[in-house]
Amino acid sequence: MWRDLGLVVLPLLAVLAVLPAVYDNGALLLNFVVFLVLAQGLNLTYGFSGYLPFGYVGFFGAGAYGFAMSVTLAGAPPLLGVLAGGGASLLVGLLLTPLLRLQGAYFGLASLAAAEALLHLIGNPNLQPVTGGPYGVKLQAGYAPLLTYALALAILALTMLLVAWLRHARFGLRLLAARDDALAAAMAGIDIVRGRLVIWLASALAAGLIGAVFAWRTATFFPDAVFDLNFSIFAIVFTLFGGAGTLAGPVFGVLLLYGLYNAIGLSAPQYFQLAYGVLIMLLALFFPEGLAGIARRIADG
Amino acid sequence: MAEGLLELRGVAKRFGGFQALAGVDLAVAAGEIVGLIGPNGSGKTTLINIASGVLAADAGDIRLAGRSLLHLPAHRRAALGLNRTFQVPRPFPTLTVRQNLEVAVPGAAAGRDPAALLDAVELAPFAGRRAGELTSVQQKLLDLARALATGPRVLLVDELATGLTPAELARVATRLRALAAEGLGLIVVEHLMAFIDRITDRVVVMNAGQVLFRGTLREAAKDRQVVDVFLGAPEPAA
Repeated sequence: MWRDLGLVVLPLLAVLAVLPAVYDNGALLLNFVVFLVLAQGLNLTYGFSGYLPFGYVGFFGAGAYGFAMSVTLAGAPPLLGVLAGGGASLLVGLLLTPLLRLQGAYFGLASLAAAEALLHLIGNPNLQPVTGGPYGVKLQAGYAPLLTYALALAILALTMLLVAWLRHARFGLRLLAARDDALAAAMAGIDIVRGRLVIWLASALAAGLIGAVFAWRTATFFPDAVFDLNFSIFAIVFTLFGGAGTLAGPVFGVLLLYGLYNAIGLSAPQYFQLAYGVLIMLLALFFPEGLAGIARRIADG
Repeated sequence: MAEGLLELRGVAKRFGGFQALAGVDLAVAAGEIVGLIGPNGSGKTTLINIASGVLAADAGDIRLAGRSLLHLPAHRRAALGLNRTFQVPRPFPTLTVRQNLEVAVPGAAAGRDPAALLDAVELAPFAGRRAGELTSVQQKLLDLARALATGPRVLLVDELATGLTPAELARVATRLRALAAEGLGLIVVEHLMAFIDRITDRVVVMNAGQVLFRGTLREAAKDRQVVDVFLGAPEPAA
């Protein structure tokens, strides 16, 4: 646990904390932190309970709208709005708990459908007075780049602490046992339903909180911007690329792939998509456990 | 029937058109080893699955120390002291052998120390290995150790002996008898009659979802029905 903190969490946070002083694209830095949180949040549910939610962005969007609506409708101060965003994602997570009865691709697709349903509910023109409908949200929460970035780092720290703790605590080990074999885990006395629920809600909360911070920083957005399926896909790819269930894996996944995406993906998208596709295929075929799996193979000789 | 620590009464189960169990009574007392034998498909494993909460019974009751377990999920039954092993072992393959025991939640009776349990089933040298790398016999022993790690009062053992060498069999038999001596109630499903003979006090013979015979194995071997459906006639002396 202390090794995880010293080798991964603290160095990452320290670098991210000083970067704004030397690098002035604050929006891009925030995006990196957003994807780090989403990747680690997805890592919670996929890495520890085996559920891969393609609709993970639904929690992000719920958080963004929880923030926006609490600020615009209830006049909440933005800091409280961030908590409201987290609350909204928890609520969505609770409503979706029946999905945990499904397995594999069925679960993934059902969660995707749920995220789409939420997008179309929020984007409904008849709800314009409440959600802004398809015309989106214009917030006057106050532009606070430093504060939003610091908040995002705090959320990242909490999410990574949770992952680090799970990797060493008996609760995390029991989740892994249930992921390996649910029936055998039940016979070992493990309350699988409770464990999966806790991790599902924690994962939802991480995405919701960072969605709220993203909304605060962005201030003006349309519903499909915060329910963009690319958030899910990126988070999944970064996590799988790095290695689910590990702490450093998703970090490397985000830094390498999102870095690559920003370096060449925007200027030469046709080559980027090609390279990206080939890379993912190679990983899926030969290194299903991601970078972490390669590292383990080398360590094992 | 003697007052049992675990009592199954009138347990019935139907799979579609197949009556797997048709009202089975079975009990085991503390410190007793009951052999559950019978031909394949006679309902032995179904009975264990129902007792342990893997399957729901259509009818009947399951009581542990007088308390009905019927509506409790498997992990609650484990917590109250009922556990089992699996015919095809089910380790947690990505966890280490030691972790396989550490995840077990100690229940009613205090759980046992993982290191001592690994020692007892001779898996201590493999403690740091992933359980998925063990042989299937080792995985069976790991299953047994994990079940014991929950601190059970009653243990249902489903075909543990298959594939074990005579030396391993002897050690497992000694181990099971020692557990019974400590007060554990055991129901042992087994096809290996020599093993059953060595460890059980009495046997229950099942056929086609019903109990055919109750008594000692020696008596069973003389029972006409049991011989017909299951044991077969002894080889004539050459």
